[in-house]
Amino acid sequence: MAKSKSAYSVPGKKGKLDTHIIVVWVDNEAGVLARVVGLFSGRGYNIESLAVAEVDSKLGISRITIVTTGTPQVIEQIKLQLKKLVPVHKVANFKREDKKVIFKEMALFKFVGNNNRRQKALKACKKYDAVILDNTTKSCVIQITALRREIDKMSNSLKKFGLISISRTGAVAMTRGSEVFK
Amino acid sequence: MPKLSTGAEIVFKCLEDQKVEYIFGYPGGAVLPIYDELKNHSTLKHILVRHEQGAGHAAEGYARSSGKPGVVLVTSGPGATNVVTALTDAYMDSIPLVCISGQVPTHLIGTDAFQECDTTGITRPCTKHNWLVKDIKDLSKIIHKAFEVATTGRPGPVLVDIPKDIQFQKTTYSKYNKKKKLNGKKPSSFEKADIDELIKLMSNSNKPIFYTGGGVINSGPKASDLLRELVYLTGFPITSTLQGLGSFPGDDAQFLGMLGMHGTYEANNAMHDCDLMINIGARFDDRITGKIDEFSPKSKKVHIDIDPSSINKNVKVDLPIVGDVQDVISSTIKKIKKTKPNFAKSNRQKISKWWEKIQKWRQKKSLNYINSTETIKPQYAVQRLYELTKNKDTYITTEVGQHQMWAAQHYKFDKPNRWMTSGGLGTMGYGLPAAVGVQVAHPNKLVIDIAGEASVLMTMQEMSTAVQYSLPIKIFILNNEYMGMVRQWQELLHDKNYSESYTAALPDFVKLAEAYGCVGIRATNPEELDDKIIEMVNTDRPVIFDCLVDKQENCFPMIPSGKPHNQMLLGPKDQKENKITGKGKTLV
Repeated sequence: MAKSKSAYSVPGKKGKLDTHIIVVWVDNEAGVLARVVGLFSGRGYNIESLAVAEVDSKLGISRITIVTTGTPQVIEQIKLQLKKLVPVHKVANFKREDKKVIFKEMALFKFVGNNNRRQKALKACKKYDAVILDNTTKSCVIQITALRREIDKMSNSLKKFGLISISRTGAVAMTRGSEVFK
Repeated sequence: MPKLSTGAEIVFKCLEDQKVEYIFGYPGGAVLPIYDELKNHSTLKHILVRHEQGAGHAAEGYARSSGKPGVVLVTSGPGATNVVTALTDAYMDSIPLVCISGQVPTHLIGTDAFQECDTTGITRPCTKHNWLVKDIKDLSKIIHKAFEVATTGRPGPVLVDIPKDIQFQKTTYSKYNKKKKLNGKKPSSFEKADIDELIKLMSNSNKPIFYTGGGVINSGPKASDLLRELVYLTGFPITSTLQGLGSFPGDDAQFLGMLGMHGTYEANNAMHDCDLMINIGARFDDRITGKIDEFSPKSKKVHIDIDPSSINKNVKVDLPIVGDVQDVISSTIKKIKKTKPNFAKSNRQKISKWWEKIQKWRQKKSLNYINSTETIKPQYAVQRLYELTKNKDTYITTEVGQHQMWAAQHYKFDKPNRWMTSGGLGTMGYGLPAAVGVQVAHPNKLVIDIAGEASVLMTMQEMSTAVQYSLPIKIFILNNEYMGMVRQWQELLHDKNYSESYTAALPDFVKLAEAYGCVGIRATNPEELDDKIIEMVNTDRPVIFDCLVDKQENCFPMIPSGKPHNQMLLGPKDQKENKITGKGKTLV
């Protein structure tokens, strides 16, 4: 250990890190996102991605989806700490490997180049529900929806086809079948 | 047409509905409409402090000693930022505070207006919840909700930020309807099976211990009564955290003293060697657990707490019971009486060996010190203070440092709500304003702040408040001219490099007392100490007592952080053989 004289105790053994998707239902009021995000930064938890939008305008409920990593103990703490926030209604959490849950992210890719390269790019995007949102003689914007790691891969492999700009969302999640999050 | 009230009137109507008697505050531009309204509400008494931090700590002292929420009123900008330390302190120690702050008018928010700051942004991480009132129609609902959030579940501070224009606007006032159910967050959710499991563990244990904390105090005086009943019923030993002192009588034979970094030898060893640890309303703080990997390695752990997020946060437990301490203990006692009427008898036999072991640890007399006839030892001063005030139902507050630990070790409490100390945040300067708040809540009781000379100077200005309201608080300063705990760590861990821990210029505290218009008393040797303490106790005005103590004394026993509970440093004799070396230095 480094010879720092400020540490309070020796860090214990680190547990295995898992990736979890935390879904939080909150009152859509001023500052609510800051409360949730502030809890993560204040307690040293991770945020890999974040997606938030109102889902029920009548009741004023927003749904926040956070991808995070942590030991089982940390994930449990995140859940319990979130539940203590006054505007939070419920919290659900899933392992990324969970087969019962669908995770999706969306990305927009802008390509600049000749028609030939753009066609190749479109072809490569095909299996991720590619949609052409804008097309000019020199450029195009393609939307894909996929998993995080697939988009990661695509953003690397498409460079050769003239990919010049990427914009992507955080993951959103939903259970398969007739069940809903509790 | 229904009667319209201004925002300022609504604030007071809410406070009246909530049966608030005292407000601790300081006026300023953005709260002037509220201060203007004060004259119309004679049931509410405003205590004018000298600094907003003082208002916060006074409200904490008031809340902790009375069990009612403390109310603070401050202006925008610096008023709000000054109260942040007290809010954080209350957040760490779970004290119910409602802070009302003024804000610049709505149309100026975000323009860097005079005395503007992002109050809700700044206080978000140090309150349970906070609100910026943007619509006069929400005001009464928000204030009532604020009281509810502050006082239910695990208590804590909340803040309501009210822009000046909202204080002038008018609307109808809606009365407060007390609801039982709280946002779907039930305070007690434990089940019968949990209690059964707890009793099973208790009857199977050979080496049990109760480890109790501030949660018992927060649960109300009834919880302390029930705790005593449970402890006597089981015959188990009990130890308490700093915040829990007073929930169980400090001079009882079953009480092992405080545990943790400066806890007793018997308490810490019992925690280390036990086979069943029953945590009631404590939170496995790092000053308690020491090295977490070696914390009580052989025990089954039960954790009773109202806050689900306290469970498994630092230490993994075997049986979590989420609920109000009072409810859980009460259910447990009922169940034991019903199903195991002979529990006490059969149990006593079973744990007799455990008690023998504890008695052996006790014989170390870890709180002993080498007394002197020349200089006043700080421990001796606290002991004498205790002996001379123990029959007076005394309320004690403290600052932070060595004196705080000596007070915790040597002053024995036998009732809850008598001990007010900043444990979680460790705020120097807490004790004096806290004593002001305690004295406001209990005008006829003896209130003493056991202080250090460095801490007390941080909020000394509140003596002026005490004089203004004739609050006869006693400031008992253990004056060693050092920031004692800093000096102690430097001696033990930093090769005696006493970097900046000596205060080379101190005020003459007796003259300072006179300047404030209160009484100054000085004790310089052990011989005169008793007489001077009696003089202090008998003075019906605020007193600053300058007790000149040994400058080199260290606070023992001590677990150097990063060591397990069974590797304590005892007094000066033990120290030489047990030097802290290399790695240990990094850990305190």
